Amino acid sequence: MTEKEKIREIVLPGEIIGNTKTEKSGHGTFIRDQNIISKFLGIPKKNKDYISVIPLSGVYTPKRHDKIIGIVISVEKSGWIVNTNSPWKGFLSLSEGVRDFIDIRKVSLKRFFDVGDIIYTEIVDVRNGDIQLSMKSPSSRKLEDGVLVKITPSKVPRVIGKEGSMINSIKEKTKTIIRVGQNGVIWLTGQDIEKAIDAIKMIDEKSHIFGLTDKINIFLSDLNDENR
Amino acid sequence: MMKTDEKLIINGKRLDGRKPMDIREIEMKVGVIPNANGSAYVRFGKTTAFAAVYGPRELIPKHLQEPDKAILRCYYNMAPFSVSDRKRPGPDRRAVEISKVTKLAIEPALFLEEFPETTIDVYIDIIQADGSTRVTGINAASLALADAGIPMRDLIVALSGGKIDDTLIIDLCGKEDNYSEADIPIAFLPNTKEITLLQMDGRITPQEVKDTIRNILKAGEQVYKKQKEALKNRYK
Repeated sequence: MTEKEKIREIVLPGEIIGNTKTEKSGHGTFIRDQNIISKFLGIPKKNKDYISVIPLSGVYTPKRHDKIIGIVISVEKSGWIVNTNSPWKGFLSLSEGVRDFIDIRKVSLKRFFDVGDIIYTEIVDVRNGDIQLSMKSPSSRKLEDGVLVKITPSKVPRVIGKEGSMINSIKEKTKTIIRVGQNGVIWLTGQDIEKAIDAIKMIDEKSHIFGLTDKINIFLSDLNDENR
Repeated sequence: MMKTDEKLIINGKRLDGRKPMDIREIEMKVGVIPNANGSAYVRFGKTTAFAAVYGPRELIPKHLQEPDKAILRCYYNMAPFSVSDRKRPGPDRRAVEISKVTKLAIEPALFLEEFPETTIDVYIDIIQADGSTRVTGINAASLALADAGIPMRDLIVALSGGKIDDTLIIDLCGKEDNYSEADIPIAFLPNTKEITLLQMDGRITPQEVKDTIRNILKAGEQVYKKQKEALKNRYK
């Protein structure tokens, strides 16, 4: 990577990026005196007439219907408390976590999920610092073995790429199985885990540079050559 | 206010050769502490400050939580080796006061209501003190908060003003700070020119206070420009 890297335009908090007469204020912006102003240090994006800013850093803010990877931190009387990699804890209730009827007087909930278990789960509701989780959607499951990597949550769409292009090429070239949680937690298992992690870390660091997919492809094929 | 026989302004030049309205050399770096959510290093002449931001994160104990917004906690700390006479470590009356005014200076710039029941912690450490440490700390905190991805209305620019030998000056160094007739630290939001910190110590006329505020709002543009540069250099 010796050639000069072209970087995307970066805006700062307080910077005017539009006008309410011609554009609408989207995510990561606010309005003052008809000006649309950025809230974050991030990359501005225009979608139709909406103007929004994608932050370059920051914690995960839970949203409804997001699929996240969480870690069970405590087993309660009628459910589980889950670390969601956000400032708030998630709660997975017994009825949302297990399909069959369970008599909690007879069966310990540890049989299903124990402290330290990693789960791929969906957020069904968010109310002021109260995240309700569910395992009912078909893709939800307990993740066995594997490695967890944390990245900046706002960069998850870059790791996945357009229609999964980025993540699929990583999966293919490193022969790994990867699951990406919207909360910035990534679970990997398979052959070349280390290579895949390096690629993901690179995306996290260089998400503001143009032509990232090509760069990652070059990076991954270089590594493949070395092994031969 | 101590007295000194030494002249602090000779032929319109200050101790370090600056004119009354000159700012010391400024150095700013963002993202210097990898384990923090956001961090910054700011140096004004010899005064050096590090700021680290953690959060928004879960607030314990629970009774401190606000149901509708995040709380902001600031910790200003001077290293024992930051001054020529060793400073006794730990928070003292002065550090508690500066932590409090720093919090009040930063709070209006943040959208705290987006993170209910959480806390945002700002740790400011003064590594070398040579006057104007609280404004240096606020500048560092401003950069660290932006780096942490916390939603902000604006950055926060801070600068100190004062009066020595009947001359109004800005950005006081340590010696000027000790022997000045008056000392006025100011923090403001550069786009709306809202003042979020205004303290005053010493003897000064109302007109001179007004002039100092005007001078600082003007000279603050240079500091604001440096802050913008530092944030953009983080992603290069």
